[in-house]
Amino acid sequence: MANTMTIPAVQETPELRARLDRIWETPKGFAGWLSSVDHKSIGIRYIVTAFALLVIGGIEALIMRLQLARPNQQILTPAQYNELFTMHGISMIFWYASPILSGFSNYLWPLILGSRDMAFPRLNALSYWIYLFSGVFLYAAFAIGIAPNAGWFDYVPYANQQYNPGQGIDVYAMALILLGISTTVGAINFVVTLMRTRAAGMSINRMPILVWGTLTASAGNILAVPAVSLAFFLLWLDRRFGTHFYDVPAGGQPLLWQHLFWMFGHPWVYAIVLPAMGMVSDGLPTFCRRPLVGYTLVALATVLTMVIGFGVWVHHMFATGLPDIGMSFFSAASFVIVIPSAVAVFAWTATIALGRPQLTTAFLFFASTIVLFVIGGVSGFMTASVPADWQFTDTYFIVAHIHYVLIGINVFPVLGALYYWFPKMSGRMLSERLGQWNFWLMFIGFNLAFLPMHLTGLWGMPRRVYTYGADFGWNTLNMITTIGSFVLALGVLLLIVNVVMSLFRGAAAGPNPWDAATLECATPSPPPPYNFAVLPTVASRHPLWEDRLQESDERSRITVGPALDNGREALATSPIDAQPDAILKMPEDSYAPLVLGLALSALFVSMLAMSLPGVLCSFAVGLIAMLIWLWPAGLSFRPLRTTDG
Amino acid sequence: MVDAVASGAEEQARSPSIARSSGWWGIIFTIATEGAVFAYLLFSYYYMAISSHATWPTAPLSLKLALPNTLILLLSSGTIWWAERQYSTGKSTNALLGLVVTFILGAIFVSIQMVEWHQMSFSPTSGPYGSLYFTTTGFHVAHVVVGLLILLALIGWVASGILEDRRQNAVSVGAAYWHFVDAVWLSVFFTYYLTPYLS
Amino acid sequence: MAGIRESSIGIAALPATAIIYSGPAFADPPLSYLSAFGPKADSTASLTWGLLIISILVTAVMTGLVIWAIFRKRAPVSGPGPEPETHHISTFNIFGWGLGLTALILAGCVGWTMMTLAAIDQPPKTPAVNIEVTGNQWWWRVRYLNDEPSKNFDTANEMHIPAGEPVKVTLRSEDVIHSFWVPSLSGKTDVIPGQLNTTWIEAREPGTYQGQCGEYCGLQHAHMQFKVIADKPADYLAWRDNQLKLAPTPAPGDPQAGLVVFEKRCGACHAVRGTMAGGYLGPNLSHLMTRSTLAAGTLPADQGDLAGWISDPQSVKPGTRMPHVPLSGDEMQLVITYLSSLN
Repeated sequence: MANTMTIPAVQETPELRARLDRIWETPKGFAGWLSSVDHKSIGIRYIVTAFALLVIGGIEALIMRLQLARPNQQILTPAQYNELFTMHGISMIFWYASPILSGFSNYLWPLILGSRDMAFPRLNALSYWIYLFSGVFLYAAFAIGIAPNAGWFDYVPYANQQYNPGQGIDVYAMALILLGISTTVGAINFVVTLMRTRAAGMSINRMPILVWGTLTASAGNILAVPAVSLAFFLLWLDRRFGTHFYDVPAGGQPLLWQHLFWMFGHPWVYAIVLPAMGMVSDGLPTFCRRPLVGYTLVALATVLTMVIGFGVWVHHMFATGLPDIGMSFFSAASFVIVIPSAVAVFAWTATIALGRPQLTTAFLFFASTIVLFVIGGVSGFMTASVPADWQFTDTYFIVAHIHYVLIGINVFPVLGALYYWFPKMSGRMLSERLGQWNFWLMFIGFNLAFLPMHLTGLWGMPRRVYTYGADFGWNTLNMITTIGSFVLALGVLLLIVNVVMSLFRGAAAGPNPWDAATLECATPSPPPPYNFAVLPTVASRHPLWEDRLQESDERSRITVGPALDNGREALATSPIDAQPDAILKMPEDSYAPLVLGLALSALFVSMLAMSLPGVLCSFAVGLIAMLIWLWPAGLSFRPLRTTDG
Repeated sequence: MVDAVASGAEEQARSPSIARSSGWWGIIFTIATEGAVFAYLLFSYYYMAISSHATWPTAPLSLKLALPNTLILLLSSGTIWWAERQYSTGKSTNALLGLVVTFILGAIFVSIQMVEWHQMSFSPTSGPYGSLYFTTTGFHVAHVVVGLLILLALIGWVASGILEDRRQNAVSVGAAYWHFVDAVWLSVFFTYYLTPYLS
Repeated sequence: MAGIRESSIGIAALPATAIIYSGPAFADPPLSYLSAFGPKADSTASLTWGLLIISILVTAVMTGLVIWAIFRKRAPVSGPGPEPETHHISTFNIFGWGLGLTALILAGCVGWTMMTLAAIDQPPKTPAVNIEVTGNQWWWRVRYLNDEPSKNFDTANEMHIPAGEPVKVTLRSEDVIHSFWVPSLSGKTDVIPGQLNTTWIEAREPGTYQGQCGEYCGLQHAHMQFKVIADKPADYLAWRDNQLKLAPTPAPGDPQAGLVVFEKRCGACHAVRGTMAGGYLGPNLSHLMTRSTLAAGTLPADQGDLAGWISDPQSVKPGTRMPHVPLSGDEMQLVITYLSSLN
């Protein structure tokens, strides 16, 4: 006997909105901020913190560029330089590149999916707190003079105790493993949110590409992050407890480190670009006044890129003396991965060509991504070839490559996303005039700094050198790069000015300032804590463009739907077809994530300090916090149907 | 996690609502990521075995303690599976019994493992093999201990009736984790104890 | 080997070949790998140039496409859009051609890569010279091996090879990972402790080819250079015979006194054949003055720099393992005099 519960659909009314406001609002003030589990608040915190790390990492780079502007300079000692380039890499790759995308995804996903929040709101808060505390941990150590100095890749044996006494490497290990917890729980949150809380009717072929990108990155992270956490944990054991994983005299294997590190490292670089590419795929079409060309191919290519991305890691190890046959396989795979990567480039170019571009600042950032992607992509393609890579590797050619892919396929899309979604987040428009200056300074500065760097590399300048002789032919090139980097920095400064000014004096933004197609534009700017007063039902990829595109007769319903106002509630839908199948009880604000975050951070600080009492205490506090968090507290979901008869 | 069971549905098949809870999918992906840790640990073992110049034990490890211990852990998977079934058909007392027996079996596993560690002729610092063995089995034991803590919570909640009133999926989530811990042990056991017989 | 050069794959290789053979006529940056001076580097450089030219072309085409896409003339429309799709877009055409062309280029490059790899994997004939290079923080021990062990000899940071002959290089590390890299002659091969890697190099013509450590190895990775000097075969033999000899006996007087100081204060780390100085921790100094630099390319090998180096190694190369050995002014003068005689 089927027992189907249907949820009545109601019209959105002011009374409903007021009631939902009371149910979902976070109390004002510091206490509210500490206990909030609102994905929008968490998303913005992620974005602000990640931008701060971008600026810090950028300043580290500028100091390095001053040292390298001319040959044989002594602005920095070699020890200082080595710590700076290590911290620069670590800050950018770990504490900026992924968290910034988590921030945008956190903010946008429930809105763009037509939902009230992520699947695990408290876990969401936890992942932010751990991220923040791990960053504070890393930089507090740096501030008192303890910093890693073996590069972000931290190769052994140089990172072993024997050659690297002192605590810098241990700080890196502990901070990174701690951050890994944040990344992992965040990834799990995204995947389950994707599977369970999309709007009714948003089948997987109607999800925005941003969602495909973050989903893929999250799935990749779930499988890849453990490799680097383990690698660092084993290193810490070697350094502090005398085990022999990497220590050669006792039979340890330096290449074990490289395998573990790069088995993580390569999927990671896709994790830090695929969501950004998704943002381009969702934002660019708005300014081309047409849907993305080749949606299905782009979605498939996103997934395929990550899958192949797990099979190319040895291309970071081509010079280590591995057998030719193994290297040939990874070389071929590294060439093959160009194909799915190219899909996005073709899709974006076709979308512009077949659309009507509006040259807003956001559009400029998105469109320039295409060009920068191509340059970064081709330099990568060149390194896929083993014998050629034997020359390229460890020279500035690679530095040029990585900055084109990182700045080109992460930072530029992020800036486009900022101009695109800042109005939604803050209710204000960013200044277009300042935006144009911002863009051009960054674009010109970036290319001035990094395009000549390809030649610097081809002319043999090695990486990770604190200075260079005057007779190697690199003097002019280095000076140009230094100048370019400062122009780029000026552009970033303008961005900060634009953001700060616009927060106070920007033009007011309506719900849909760019006349875009996706669901987040059906909410006010900024959205209320409950996102949607009635939950939408979706009938296409472009809910807000359906009347104009006339792709079919079906229409999404946005102002009529289930209210789910019996406390904090959200709608669960089936993974593939997004048919409603349960009502989820969402948690109230809670301090448990903050406490658990503090306890975990204290645990890692205690491990760094080798303090057993500290470890035991933090473990106990953490355990209690988890118990409180998980304490059964009433119905947490009601299915809409039970088994048939 | 609550499933609203239709009235008089004690006899019917386990409610499909279990598959719909967020918590269930949360533990599945947690299992995936933790499983990956062990996959990389086992990769490290095989990689070192092939490439290290260090002394690798020639004789296989003794199965005297490890084999019974493996069977104990397998049995505990059986008891928790039974407990979960009992719970889903409303038989809370049986479920409680099953959980308690699982806990005891798990605790025995940990104890025997400690004894076995003491008996090993090598240590974590004696060489790469020792480092790998103790780190891998250590990670595993840590996961078992976490499982024991989960079982304690479940036992408390089932016994006090908090869960029963609301028919939550906590037991299934806990059981899934326990099975994972068992599966990991089988891979570790195979790698360290059985593969030496194959080569 | 000749096959790769002669059967130039596509027009791309032609300009590459032209530049490869331009040799020292262009003032090449010493560590540039855009020009090649030996068969192994030749094949690699052709491939590098080929990939570079393809990359530049692709970049130009795609950039052009993007600019065209943005600025191309469009028929006017009534409203701000979006408009319904009036004609069928053939995504098959767009992606089919784009991806198809991409795949074709990639397949070609895979093939070219495999061919190059196979061509340079082994030297064309059995190497006549066998060198064992050991990476240290931050210098290179160079040991010439001979079938007769008594004919082995050590030097540091500079190696001579006969031009036109392949030379086998075995690579070891004393401490951390380094990388043996002489771009004009060969790509990098890492130097990994606990592992023996081998590579080979060959220089077509006599000349001096710059080398550099190619893997970050600590504080002075920037100053871990080496030189490969290719000699005409007769010159090579002369050099080798000189290296095999014991160090020159110092003249009586200051050089002799300098030897005494040297053995006492420097012999624990440095070796000079034929004296009591037999240390293994630092570079072999038997024929120091046949080398052109000190401290792995950090300083030129002249008396003034030698004195500066010995008196304060840390200020020249911060972090160096060479300790500060306090010598009085006289002792320093004597040691310098002695060392200057080591030809």
